[in-house]
Amino acid sequence: MHLGNVNMQGSTTRRTLTYSARLLGRLHLDGPLLIGIGAIAMLGLLILYSSSGQNMGVARGQGYRLIMGLVALLTLAQVAPKYLRMAAPWLYGLGIVLLLVVEIVGDFGKGAQRWLDLGVIRFQPSEIMKLALPMLCAWYLHDRGLPPKPMTMLALLAFIIVPVGLVMVQPDLGTGLLIAASGFLLLFLAGLRWRIMLPLLAVAIVGTWFVSDFSRCTSVFHDYQCRRVQTLIDPTTDPLGAGYHTIQGTIAIGSGGVYGKGWMNGSQAQLEFLPERSTDFIFAVIGEEFGLLGLALLLGLYLFVIGRGLFMALQCQDTFARLLAGTLSLTFFVYVFVNAGMVSGLLPVVGVPLPLVSYGGTSMVTLMASFGILMSLHSHRKLIGS
Amino acid sequence: MKRSIRSPFIASESGTAQHINRLRIVLGVLLLAALGLVARAVDLQLMDHTFLSSQGDARYMRVQTITAHRGTITDRYGEPLAVSTPVDSVWANPQELTQVADRLPELAKALGRSTESLARRVSSNTEREFLYLARHLQPEKGARIKALGIPGVYLLREYRRYYPAGEVAGHLLGFTSIDDNGQEGLELAYDHWLAGENGAKRIIQDRYGRVVENLERVREVRPGKDLVLSIDLRIQYLAYRELKRALIEHRARAGSLVMLDVQTGEVLAMVNQPAFNPNDREQLEARRYRNRAVTDMFEPGSSIKPFVLAAALASGRYQPESTVDTSTGPLKYGRYTVSDKHPLGVIDLTTVLAKSSNVAMAKVALDIPREQLWQVLDAFGFGQVSTSGFPGESAGLLSHYSNWRPVAISSMSHGYSLSVTPLQLARGYAVLGAGGIERPITFLRAGAGANGIAGGIVNTGSGSGNSAGTRVLDADAAASLVRMLEAVVAPEGTGTQAALSGYRVAGKTGTAWKAVAGGYSQELYVATFAGLAPASRPRLACVVMIDEPRGKHYYGGEVAAPAFAAVMAGALRLLAVAPDDLPVQEPEDSTGVVRTAVAQLEAQQ
Repeated sequence: MHLGNVNMQGSTTRRTLTYSARLLGRLHLDGPLLIGIGAIAMLGLLILYSSSGQNMGVARGQGYRLIMGLVALLTLAQVAPKYLRMAAPWLYGLGIVLLLVVEIVGDFGKGAQRWLDLGVIRFQPSEIMKLALPMLCAWYLHDRGLPPKPMTMLALLAFIIVPVGLVMVQPDLGTGLLIAASGFLLLFLAGLRWRIMLPLLAVAIVGTWFVSDFSRCTSVFHDYQCRRVQTLIDPTTDPLGAGYHTIQGTIAIGSGGVYGKGWMNGSQAQLEFLPERSTDFIFAVIGEEFGLLGLALLLGLYLFVIGRGLFMALQCQDTFARLLAGTLSLTFFVYVFVNAGMVSGLLPVVGVPLPLVSYGGTSMVTLMASFGILMSLHSHRKLIGS
Repeated sequence: MKRSIRSPFIASESGTAQHINRLRIVLGVLLLAALGLVARAVDLQLMDHTFLSSQGDARYMRVQTITAHRGTITDRYGEPLAVSTPVDSVWANPQELTQVADRLPELAKALGRSTESLARRVSSNTEREFLYLARHLQPEKGARIKALGIPGVYLLREYRRYYPAGEVAGHLLGFTSIDDNGQEGLELAYDHWLAGENGAKRIIQDRYGRVVENLERVREVRPGKDLVLSIDLRIQYLAYRELKRALIEHRARAGSLVMLDVQTGEVLAMVNQPAFNPNDREQLEARRYRNRAVTDMFEPGSSIKPFVLAAALASGRYQPESTVDTSTGPLKYGRYTVSDKHPLGVIDLTTVLAKSSNVAMAKVALDIPREQLWQVLDAFGFGQVSTSGFPGESAGLLSHYSNWRPVAISSMSHGYSLSVTPLQLARGYAVLGAGGIERPITFLRAGAGANGIAGGIVNTGSGSGNSAGTRVLDADAAASLVRMLEAVVAPEGTGTQAALSGYRVAGKTGTAWKAVAGGYSQELYVATFAGLAPASRPRLACVVMIDEPRGKHYYGGEVAAPAFAAVMAGALRLLAVAPDDLPVQEPEDSTGVVRTAVAQLEAQQ
């Protein structure tokens, strides 16, 4: 009786699992990835409720955005990769046009302009580019013989530079760098030669280092140009501002210790000493309230999602799918690393949110959309063999 | 196909599994970055945990001062003169306030200012996190603003000193600084008594300085102690009103009035013009807040004469009935001439006072030993600061007799070549009134120990008797002088306008030229009246000094005496002093009353 019961329960569970797997398969969804994303998002909501000072409105707003993201994910997962591929150049074109529109409207409005107000929704065209650029590059490489020929590479470089430049003059250094990163990650995955890549990398690093210091910069360039660079690096143009953010971030994380101060007990966050604690610096709130264990758990979840993404990318069968899936997964990791590095004082402060956790922005929807694409690419495979 | 370009992300003919260089690189970088983040977290949360924790505590843990309440100053009956009241200052965090711009009109209305000016103030300070919107509001108003519940608007508890009597007691009390430290007047003199000791508490505050939690008391607050003054606010009001009226009527530059209790040495009233309101910081200019009655000295003119005669009586060479021959005419000392307005012939000392003869005074003063004259003037307190302890008190000027030459003695005899303060003059008359006993001047109520005044800083010889005074003049001589001074107020005297109905008054007029560069001005005067009442048993001494009257009248008997009479009459009534000049015997007294009435009518004309 007892044994039979267990068996019955076991078979029920198995049956439920099988049924769920079949349902997910029919919906072109990926179970493990969905669980990983869901876990991070739930942890994020928990932290957000605390960091916003127990503000249910903030948590609810983030919940709505999560649902919107899920809808985007579900929708995109149904679209077959060949349609995504066909749409890539159009999406890219639309993105460029919108960036130009924003630039022009911004010029009229005499100020930095990132948002496009469509009446119903407001969004940042640069978010479209996060998806459109890797899609376009993957589309461009798909039909061409690999490895890419030098002319192809030049064309790809141009594809990258145009939107990145447009975003950077907004000015939005963080998003610009992220879009550039996604482009170069794709080039890397496509097999960009080391002898081209290494010098490019070196020039980029040395150049950034050179102009990052104002006095060093003015020795070669005009003052106003260098000031422009400074506003890119630090939008508030307040040298103490960025330093303040970093110091408060490290203090919040460090004072959390191994076990943290407990949910809603982080004094730095709750007493508002930590700036941007619900948005860009929410990583520090996790560190303060949940300690080293909390951070390790979060990083583990992120690594799981990325790992799953890469695994799925490797299972894809054509160049477009593999390149795009690989790039999207790695870009996701870059987001995590840049944000965590910035908050914990490893990297300079650029406005990059912690994916799936930070409050607000259109980035939540974009990220979910990219996971939808990833699932679509993975699930629309021709079954070979068994 | 070259090795360097093989990537698992390229779907090549060669399949997927073999060329995994790029995958290795990707995974390697990924793990390295993840390790870097973990290492950083371990570094911060394990290695630097203690340091960063203390840094974190330093940000929200504060030791906050608890402001001690400053003691209240009251008059002798407990009427408040200086009170520290809690007030609310309204401050805002512009960064929060700008997010609720639609509520600004509401806030502006509560603050009583225009929405535009408020919006401008807030929008021009958006980078700040602390901005005063209004300071020192009454708590009810502060509570009303708090009740609006506008985000980013906060209250701050502060103390503010209020002076309910305003101008009336301004000079006496002085004022405090914004930090509640005594700056002038009695606020300064008794600062260590009034000021408490601030306490401290440990608190948790947020980034905007809002207190989130009180942790512990680090140091207890010791509030300041109260101070009971000898001032009678009712008399003070009266004195203020009458002095101001006299100043306006005679278009004078300045004036002082001091009233002392003869029996205790207490200051009952002290006012000056021009006055200032200590509640209004914009009025704080030295010209206005100086307590002239204590800080400014002047040549007293004839009002000094009783003290010179006191020396004459003390010398034994003169009696009240002694006569002086003034028919010899003016006395000449080089350019300096001592003369009388009208020739008076041979007159006794009483008439000398009543008619204020300068010639007779000079003769008497030159006749007695100069050492004796100096000793008496010195004993009456001229040339010395009083025991009042009032900040910035002037000692006046009385040179030593060894430096005196005849011209100095004769000019001193009618109030030149020496300077006094109104307080000193009042003290001199009080000593005469007290039968020659000098009692220490005090601004504190005698015997106020029960009201929280430590013996140390007050009137140690207090108690109702305050008899611990020192005798500076023979009682008979003093009584004689008071009697002689009554003649000044009598119909034939110079001070008839100081007479009161129902009380006998003893006093002396004074009209002195003002010293200007190169000699004495013939147009600028200081008019004084100093006196005692009731003359039969003096209770109050009062000095009225009017500086530079520019009206038709300038004599002390015309300018200062009416103010003296008005204040003295009111004070005697307020203190319920028994009249000593009531019409008891019908025949003589009816004429007396008529006489006074006539004198008063004449005075008004």
